[in-house]
Amino acid sequence: MATQHSRSVARLMMAPAVVLLLGWMLVPLTMTLYFSFKKYLPLRGGDLGWVGFDNYIRFVSSSSFWPAVQATLVIVIGVLAITVILGILLAMLLDQPMWGQGVVRILVIAPFFVMPTVSALVWKNMFMDPVNGLLAHLWRFFGAEPVSWLSEASMTSIVMIVSWQWLPFATLILLTAIQSLDSEQLEAAEMDGAPPLKRFYHIILPHLSRAITIVILIQTIFLLSIFAEIFVTTGGAFGTRTLTYLIFQRVLESQNVGLGSAGGVYAIILANIVAVFLMRIVGKNLDA
Amino acid sequence: MARTVTIQRKSLNTALAWAVGLLIFFPILWTILTSFKTEAQAIASPPLFLNFDWTLENYAVVQERSNYMRFLWNSVIIAGGSTLLGVIIAVPAAWAMAFVPSKRTKDILLWMLSTKMLPAVGVLYPIYLLFIRLGLLDTRGGLVVVLMLINLPIIVWMLYTYFREIPGEILEAARMDGATLKEEILHILTPMAVPGIASTVLLNFILAWNEAFWTLNLTAVDAAPLTAFIASYSSPEGLFFAKLSAASTMAIAPILILGWFSQKQLVRGLTFGAVK
Repeated sequence: MATQHSRSVARLMMAPAVVLLLGWMLVPLTMTLYFSFKKYLPLRGGDLGWVGFDNYIRFVSSSSFWPAVQATLVIVIGVLAITVILGILLAMLLDQPMWGQGVVRILVIAPFFVMPTVSALVWKNMFMDPVNGLLAHLWRFFGAEPVSWLSEASMTSIVMIVSWQWLPFATLILLTAIQSLDSEQLEAAEMDGAPPLKRFYHIILPHLSRAITIVILIQTIFLLSIFAEIFVTTGGAFGTRTLTYLIFQRVLESQNVGLGSAGGVYAIILANIVAVFLMRIVGKNLDA
Repeated sequence: MARTVTIQRKSLNTALAWAVGLLIFFPILWTILTSFKTEAQAIASPPLFLNFDWTLENYAVVQERSNYMRFLWNSVIIAGGSTLLGVIIAVPAAWAMAFVPSKRTKDILLWMLSTKMLPAVGVLYPIYLLFIRLGLLDTRGGLVVVLMLINLPIIVWMLYTYFREIPGEILEAARMDGATLKEEILHILTPMAVPGIASTVLLNFILAWNEAFWTLNLTAVDAAPLTAFIASYSSPEGLFFAKLSAASTMAIAPILILGWFSQKQLVRGLTFGAVK
């Protein structure tokens, strides 16, 4: 039984982590909120006074807002669809008996460890360059006109790059979940003559539902804030300016801090909506 | 009862899985291969796969022109420092939560998780401003602190899930025998906790190494790590494929190797113990 003494020691041991995270959360958050109600242009006059909700209204009524929302949604939904569907297929494939399973696993997981600036730049230049890129060679080989990926099919390109980065994550988590599936249940279904598609829908998919939810929630939080992939490929041009990128441009490039901070508050609210669902699942797991 | 699998079925699985695996790995493989080509061979049409004159020239050029070692050193200090500092702060906290749980433990853990969900861009300007005011902009120390803070929730969580697997009875027994808290930690807990701490260190080193929002926005020259080094290739040097490949290979090689050791921890660390 924990004594009074050990309780106070425990509190003392938690203090540094709790205090640091509390500071890390409250200080910048308070500042962002504070700036969001001000007209604040560091390079053009500095603090120009309180403006109420003006920044919030201007942020959503600017002509770049809805395109940014659209770009964000296309990336999040596109990447989620690709990584979850391919991830399920890949996890099921990797779960089958085969030779060299360990090596294949390593090959599949590798992209997750490549730093975002490297994967974006390698894809942009060595694969998607319209003259010397490998895809251009491939297109010419089949007699097709090479595509200027990042300008003509910019969103497709970004979704491709980001999906490549996140497919390993989805696959790995789904594979871990599949491996915990009771194989006797599957065998029983197989012996009863249930066709593969039925086995998939009635046994495998329900078993994976929790893992899929977790993959979707965690990826959404990360995908909402992808930055480097856009920074080094298009710099936000050709319709690839996401909400995160728009806020970054407002704050650091045009130094309109008030406006950018209002955007930041929207981003925080959006992320929190997703986070609430994730925390519910994680919280339930803690009780078990 | 083990599933009986025919040789044909197993061969088919193997062929298919290897094909898909190699396809996914191909961009990395291609980057590594290209780094050993000359610039002319790198853009040769049709592309050269293995039939080229292997050269180490690009590595020498990248090293010489961009002072690669400085960026590498910054990455090591920033990733290593933030991980070490994070673990030092997180071990006592996770220990307390795992072995002296109270009613509020779960709330504290979930709250910590929620700070991880805070989008970086939402607090970009405040952090930027604080960095300027405190003279931390473009310093390694500043980045060590920021990366430690963004990874601290993951470190606490991972350690907590590992510590919780250590049977509490052992600690009870030690307490009965009159072991002090210090002895308990040093002689009983530490040996059992080392594997979990090692995995936590590994994964968080990787996450910090690859972090590319704060490292790009809070550094310029002096403290720039490899993420910024590669971003500087964005144009026009990026069109020199062989040199870009050599620089990329040097930036990812250490982490690819570490990453292969940390596959299992990846699931635990990134799902906060929700998938095991």
